[in-house]
Amino acid sequence: MTFSSPNFSTTSLHRKPGLLRNRANAAMTAVAATFATIAVLPLIFVIAYVLIKGITVLSPSIFFELPPPPGLDGGGIGNALIGTLVVTLISCVFAVPVGVGGGIYLAEFSQGNKFAEFVRFGTNVLAGVPSIIAGVFIYGLVVSTRVLFGNSYSAVAGGLALAVLMLPTIIKTTDEGLKLVPQELRWGALGVGASTFVTTMKVVLPAAVAPIATGVVLAIARSAGETAPLIFTALFSPFWPEGIFKPLATMSVLIFNFAIMPYEAQITLAWAASFVLVVMILGMNIFARWISGFAQR
Amino acid sequence: MEATRRDLLYTLRHRPASDKLVDNGFRSLVTALAALVGIVLLAIFLVVFWEAREAIHLFGLNFITSTTWNPVEEKFGAFTAIYGTILTSVLALLLAVPLGVGTAIFLTENFIHQKYRTIISNMVELLAAIPSVVLGLWAIFVLEPTIRPVLNVIHNKLGFIPIFSTPANGPGFMPAVLILVVMLLPIITAISRDCLNQVPPDLRQAAYGIGATRWTSIFQVILPAAISGIIGGIMLALGRAMGETMAVTMIIGNSTSFNLSWFAPGNTIAALLANQFGEADGIQVSALMYAALVLMIITFIVNVLAQWIVKRLSLKYD
Amino acid sequence: MSFTTHITDVPNDQVAITCDNVTISYGSFEAVKSVFLEVPRGKVTAFIGPSGCGKSTVLRCFNRMNDLIPSFSLKGRIIYEGQDLYEPKVDPVEVRRRIGMVFQRPNPFPKSIYENIAFGARINGYTGDMDELVERSLRRAAVWDECKDKLQESGYSLSGGQQQRLCIARTIATQPDVILMDEPCSALDPISTLKVEETMHELKKEFTIVIVTHNMQQAVRVSDMTAFYNAVAVEGGSGKVGYLVEFDETANIFNNPKQQSTQEYVSGRFG
Ligand SMILES: Nc1ncnc2c1ncn2[C@@H]1O[C@H](COP(=O)(O)OP(=O)(O)O)[C@@H](O)[C@H]1O
Ligand SMILES: [Mg+2]
Repeated sequence: MTFSSPNFSTTSLHRKPGLLRNRANAAMTAVAATFATIAVLPLIFVIAYVLIKGITVLSPSIFFELPPPPGLDGGGIGNALIGTLVVTLISCVFAVPVGVGGGIYLAEFSQGNKFAEFVRFGTNVLAGVPSIIAGVFIYGLVVSTRVLFGNSYSAVAGGLALAVLMLPTIIKTTDEGLKLVPQELRWGALGVGASTFVTTMKVVLPAAVAPIATGVVLAIARSAGETAPLIFTALFSPFWPEGIFKPLATMSVLIFNFAIMPYEAQITLAWAASFVLVVMILGMNIFARWISGFAQR
Repeated sequence: MEATRRDLLYTLRHRPASDKLVDNGFRSLVTALAALVGIVLLAIFLVVFWEAREAIHLFGLNFITSTTWNPVEEKFGAFTAIYGTILTSVLALLLAVPLGVGTAIFLTENFIHQKYRTIISNMVELLAAIPSVVLGLWAIFVLEPTIRPVLNVIHNKLGFIPIFSTPANGPGFMPAVLILVVMLLPIITAISRDCLNQVPPDLRQAAYGIGATRWTSIFQVILPAAISGIIGGIMLALGRAMGETMAVTMIIGNSTSFNLSWFAPGNTIAALLANQFGEADGIQVSALMYAALVLMIITFIVNVLAQWIVKRLSLKYD
Repeated sequence: MSFTTHITDVPNDQVAITCDNVTISYGSFEAVKSVFLEVPRGKVTAFIGPSGCGKSTVLRCFNRMNDLIPSFSLKGRIIYEGQDLYEPKVDPVEVRRRIGMVFQRPNPFPKSIYENIAFGARINGYTGDMDELVERSLRRAAVWDECKDKLQESGYSLSGGQQQRLCIARTIATQPDVILMDEPCSALDPISTLKVEETMHELKKEFTIVIVTHNMQQAVRVSDMTAFYNAVAVEGGSGKVGYLVEFDETANIFNNPKQQSTQEYVSGRFG
């Protein structure tokens, strides 16, 4: 054989960690890992702090009592807890039918026409409208004009502002959820002589109920924590809710108002409300994941 | 004939008029509901514009460049708030983009086991679910006191630079920027991760196939392929940052006078609205509405640009 | 039986559906051009031809299933019981209650087997005994034995072939006049295919059936009449235009076709 044996010192395939490219690689990997760590840390810090702070101040009475007058101790967030539920419920009453209906139009009836294109564009723009603007809008439309039977600030106004923010999420998830339903299912229903109404309501919508429910729950979770749209629509009240046409307290506005007060009792309540709100919202997020996981089975 | 007799059992061969009415009614109803999106959007613009018309008439375009915000003399200019809006969101982006995109790369490459990647992904997404008012509370009581000594060290060493020229003693631009970073991270990470996942695997294999190292292929092949989607995501995050209200309002200090220093109290349009709207009346309400209009127009442009960029991406890969 | 090309509007109990110079387009693209055809009542008619020649397109016009496609348009007349199906006054939903359809892929509803059958019957206002109808329909679709113990289970718990027979049962439960089948066996294994073919033999005693098939043996086995479609490239056109080449008794189409291209197709020389 005339070939010389290969010279391993120059052609070895062993990895040489000292090479510049390998050092640069290792360095970049370390940077990326650090970034990922930094990205996760705030969550851990915030959650841990809110949970620890919350648990130490939590007592059963906090859920059933009114906030104390400034300077006094004790009290609770009972009215704000009810208020958050009421306002969120009102926002659902407006946003869910409109959002699901609009989504049904986009997915089932529009056949990709110009109008549908415009609605989809509008939905995306609406999704980008700052939440404070939703509050300003409802203030100008409902609160300052007193169109709601002469009432200015009210739970309904707050619910409307939240509904404006929920609408795009619900439309989008309905639209996308319905598009996942196989076309053959619609054909099957139409093929036995079902009308579009029956096909949509009895066959298509039930088949897409999981993704739609996921979107609705996520939208509710987001709106339950919204504050900006509520501060000058639902306003705040130190009393128990007096009806849906009167101002009322919500947990998020309570946190905002109490955080900057110079009283220990109020700040304690702000932490308690944060705890309840975060647990509620994380719970809803996990519930939403469970629904969508359920659908994939 | 038996077939005919059976046929009689089917009473709805001909649809009753009511059935057709329901069908047409349903179609009209959902069309109207879809149209409501456009109507709401239009109404938002109209209502804000209508309420702002007095201030627009009085202050004109000077409103954007003037720094006076004086409710007593009823002279209003939104420059301080506009400057604060842009400064905080751009600074926050400068910090959040490398962190978010880096995290996204870490989550789409196989550095660690898929199980842990999913856990980290989910945690970052949960961060997006925490209400901003809670982050604001945390910023007041935890974040700001923690970073204050650090900011003061910078002030002592580099105080000759105008942007560090005041000591940090409480709320101000910098804590607001940091809390914005926390809020933007999940958005940027999630969108970048989705864009990176969409890059066709062939591209990565091609890069590895010619002997590129992992990071060479990331920087030269994978990132460029995903870049327009990532930029679209960054634009969306920018829109979000400029409109973000609660956390910023609670920690920025809400000063209506202009200050170049990043450690001084400042303002944003959203914070201005959240703070003053409740107590305002007369021309001040109109001025605030004018500021809201400016915010809407800025975020509208940013969002439409983001949509346009994302659309161009999807054309390339579908 | 001999067929004339003369088209009349007079209801003719020998003819179920008549195509009178039907041209179908998607947007500006003409998919099928100038079809004249008389689908005989009480028989099985097969549509054969290379793929893309417009068999499904024609079939789907018979119960206005193409209405779902925005770009669809039709010229000419499709006459059923003396009425043009594409007259503005005609309600496509009522058309589909008379002319049922079985699709290429089994598409049971995400409901129980029982509900799959009852759904269509209820929509058609069925007033008889529902349990009896479900059993009778499943029996006639030759899937009763597989279903009888699990009527309350989901339709998806059945195998592909069983699902397709469930879909056939669902269609016959509405007691339509005509049943359209678009390659009903193309997603099925050979054994399920044979079972579905047996079902068809059973059904043709009572229904008019039009079936699109890729499988020429299947056409020979199940059909009385066969229509052969082909597609040709036209100058200036954006694609191939389908047309009806020849329509005759199945035996004639396969043994002594009149057209050259039919001869080539049935002898397997193209397609
Ligand atoms: N929804 C549609 N939109 C546009 N063109 C279509 C559509 N459906 C079918 N076509 C076209 O019409 C022609 C006939 O299609 P089809 O009827 O499905 O053929 P076959 O069933 O004989 O295979 C083909 O060229 C096909 O591309
Ligand atoms: Mg076909």
